[in-house]
Amino acid sequence: MREAVLFFFIVVAGTAGELSVSRAMKGVGEVHDFRPKSILRFVLQSFRLPWMWVGIALMSLAFFSLLAILSFRQVSFVVPVSALSYAAGAFGAKLFLGERISRNRWIGIAIVCLGVTIVWWTRG
Amino acid sequence: MTRIRRLQLKTIPLILISIILGPLGNVFLGKGMKSIGSVTSARIIDLLPIASRVLTSGYIWLGIVCLLGFFVAHMLLLTWADYSYVQPATSLSYLSIAILSYLVLGEMISPLRWLGVTVICVGVLLVGRTSPSTSEAPEHA
Repeated sequence: MREAVLFFFIVVAGTAGELSVSRAMKGVGEVHDFRPKSILRFVLQSFRLPWMWVGIALMSLAFFSLLAILSFRQVSFVVPVSALSYAAGAFGAKLFLGERISRNRWIGIAIVCLGVTIVWWTRG
Repeated sequence: MTRIRRLQLKTIPLILISIILGPLGNVFLGKGMKSIGSVTSARIIDLLPIASRVLTSGYIWLGIVCLLGFFVAHMLLLTWADYSYVQPATSLSYLSIAILSYLVLGEMISPLRWLGVTVICVGVLLVGRTSPSTSEAPEHA
């Protein structure tokens, strides 16, 4: 039960956090310049966007859940299972960012979910 | 040079950086948390001493630095590539997480787990072979 709650936070809060960050980044616009000064300006600019902070809060929750679960489970178990965020990410990107998800991409996501299921069997 | 080709030229190196830094960060976090001990309670009074040990662990900070590097690379990618492309593409890291867990942490990985991780990577490769940007550029907010 404790494990399921922690995985829920890692997958759902983590994905929602990344979607929020992605939404903020599209507001900043495409990056063309990779000099350190430009990157710093880009980072500071992104921190002015509310969606960035929503994303950071959600990703923090996911991060502390990850730390808690890593205290009693193997890294090679926890990280692959958290790949469930693929399915969550695709649904979220479709619903909240209006991205089109192609049929091939859905097939890939289904295969990822199959892999997660196999890793889950090695829970031990 | 076509737009797609130009996007791939800057997308692929950043994805490679992500694939190395992200898993390395998780491996260090795992090493740090295993030395701190199992977190079995959700009560604040029990979590406070654990939190102070987490904050003073060198491995945890090393992991955080790796993950910050990963995060910056990831944010740069998200300014031009769609989230539903970036997330799957960078997640070839599932193969490197298994290799690094075995090499650095000495985790015994059963054949079934290797199979599961490989299946995840096959799914990832299939997803990664689509165009980096599928939505129209949004109007500036």
